[in-house]
Amino acid sequence: MMSKATDSRTNVPFAINAYTKEQLKEALRKMYLIRKFEEGAEDCYMRGLIHGTMHLSIGQEASAVGSCMALEESDQITSTHRGHAHCVAKGAEVSRMFAEFFGKETGYCKGRGGSMHIADVAKGNLGANGIVAGGIPIAVGAALTAKRLNTGKVVICFFGDGANNEGAFHESLNMAAVWKLPVVFVCENNQYGMSTSIERSTAVSQIATRAIAYDIPGFTVDGNDLSSVAEAVSEASSRAKSGKGPSLIECMTYRWRGHSKSDRNRYRTKEEIEDWKKKDPILRFGEVLKDHKVITDEEMKQLETDVDKEIVAAIEFAQSSPSPSLDEVTRDVYTEIDQ
Amino acid sequence: MSSAPVQSAEQDSVEMSYAEAIRDALDIALGEDERVVLMGEDIGVYGGAFQVTGDLVNKYGEDRVMDTPISELGGAGVAVGAAATGLRPIFEFQFSDFAMLAMEQICNQAAKMRYMLGGEVSVPVVMRFPAGSGTGAAAQHSQSLEAWFGHVPGLKVVQPATPYDAKGLILAALDDPDPVMIFEHKILYKQKGLVPKGRYTVPLHKAEIRRAGADITIVASSIMVHRSLEAAELLFDKGVSAEVIDLKSIRPIDKQTIIESVVKTNKLICVYEGVKTLGIGAEISALVAESAAFDYLDAPILRLGAADCPVPYNPELEKASVPQVENIYQQALALCRREL
Ligand SMILES: Cc1ncc(C[n+]2csc(CCOP(=O)(O)OP(=O)(O)O)c2C)c(N)n1
Ligand SMILES: [Mg+2]
Repeated sequence: MMSKATDSRTNVPFAINAYTKEQLKEALRKMYLIRKFEEGAEDCYMRGLIHGTMHLSIGQEASAVGSCMALEESDQITSTHRGHAHCVAKGAEVSRMFAEFFGKETGYCKGRGGSMHIADVAKGNLGANGIVAGGIPIAVGAALTAKRLNTGKVVICFFGDGANNEGAFHESLNMAAVWKLPVVFVCENNQYGMSTSIERSTAVSQIATRAIAYDIPGFTVDGNDLSSVAEAVSEASSRAKSGKGPSLIECMTYRWRGHSKSDRNRYRTKEEIEDWKKKDPILRFGEVLKDHKVITDEEMKQLETDVDKEIVAAIEFAQSSPSPSLDEVTRDVYTEIDQ
Repeated sequence: MSSAPVQSAEQDSVEMSYAEAIRDALDIALGEDERVVLMGEDIGVYGGAFQVTGDLVNKYGEDRVMDTPISELGGAGVAVGAAATGLRPIFEFQFSDFAMLAMEQICNQAAKMRYMLGGEVSVPVVMRFPAGSGTGAAAQHSQSLEAWFGHVPGLKVVQPATPYDAKGLILAALDDPDPVMIFEHKILYKQKGLVPKGRYTVPLHKAEIRRAGADITIVASSIMVHRSLEAAELLFDKGVSAEVIDLKSIRPIDKQTIIESVVKTNKLICVYEGVKTLGIGAEISALVAESAAFDYLDAPILRLGAADCPVPYNPELEKASVPQVENIYQQALALCRREL
């Protein structure tokens, strides 16, 4: 278990050396897009335009974007109930995500899934999940496919700290290790399940140490530092692609908002939340890019303004899209077969 | 309209919500029996996903109102093992959907232990399942799985429709020596009703006639009782007198109350929120068809259940996928007018 934020000789963050300026700017743009998508979704929810519930990952953007940065477009991910960031990071369009939240036929799940099932299968996102740890075995299955069919793909399996106490987590890590499957387990440790802290629910203080039980590499990284996440995940992904099997990466982070839309926040202190807000992963990455002359203040402003416009247009697209037809409620329960 | 006089007759009653009535029952249980412990995810300081346990942790402490890790199979199994050996655990699933992760311990262990061990042990575990659709939470947070559990010998399965029953059934479940599964409806948690103070129980095996009628029997459970009562009111305006039976328990089913009603009305509709196919309605239809009431039937038996699909997210689709007042009213009217 170790942290490796920078190249110690040059003091240059991994990401700066590993990616082009365009890629780095795109990573920053995606972080803005995630933040503003979620703020937009929250606002629509408050105004009664979106129903149900949602789990916001505001404050956790670096782990999603840093992880997906290490992937090819054809690589795959499985996501969680807190899955908006993963979806955007893997290349989804926010217009179709909003359309899904508005329950429209143009949404990624044709209005059947909503926030908790957001997916973009074409871009390799096999879906968020309403079941904690539900995506973990699915990711291992996708990795089995990659290995058997020799597709060269790697699968990133996102899950939270709470999920590490489900049997599915342990069974999956064991199988992935035994069969040396190309999967990277990325635990987004925001230190709480819904209200239950790691200390009160988990026998180990760092989830990366669970890797020892399955004899696979385990690392804890600063999950609010995009470069650290990208470094750990690209290494694990190369390892997986070369046939050496899975790794477990734990990204330490924090959600700024409540667990879902019905959280009275009785289990965390205001001070704790405020402290973490000072570690804003977007501001931090922006600073890194400026320090290394990847981007100027003006360019950053421009990125933000463009993202603002994209969000407004996406919400308009969602609102003006058609609703599903009521007589198609049982469509897609089964695959239609031409007889 | 003659709703059953369960509530008004009680003297020392207070108005409270269904969730508060459950909490009241849990409070009484914790207060009177040291062996009672509550277990579940986020039931302590968070107060439960639906605020059912509320502040009980402040009164009884974390040793008796226990937040489990997110470990349904293990958590439910620990409750089963503790129940078999002397504790009285009340286990809350955060949503009934997550009980699927614990089916092994519920169905293979809790339900069968007494039988397999030749009657040497009982498993007095109580499990609570917030169930049902109507919250926009989509396919994995909106299911009505009670019939799955009803298929397992060894379990008792109840579905309270009112605050009064919610409290009384929990306390009856605790008194019962066998595993009792309580399916609560999420939409009913805020519904208010009169609830007697202190301890009382509601029998685990008895249905109740909520509205007496002569022309058609509507057998319903949980939230469908309320929708059926509303439909009965509309039917009344059309000159149709509907009898509404609140099942309360789906294992065992109170056959006698149903059969007697059908003998009187000669028509039967079953209304439930689970998927229509292979559900509660199939069982009720069959038990009536197998009984003396068969000869009294004047029309085919009808089932109104959920569409054959997962619960959709879109609110209009979601509504369309489960029986609503209008569906019950239209179908009952058509049945009475022989228009089906
Ligand atoms: C099997 C299962 N159990 C419980 C829940 C309810 N639930 C949804 S999210 C959550 C907390 C998950 O914590 P964690 O894995 O740390 O993810 P986070 O919410 O912190 O992103 C809980 C208990 C669920 N959806 N599925
Ligand atoms: Mg967490």
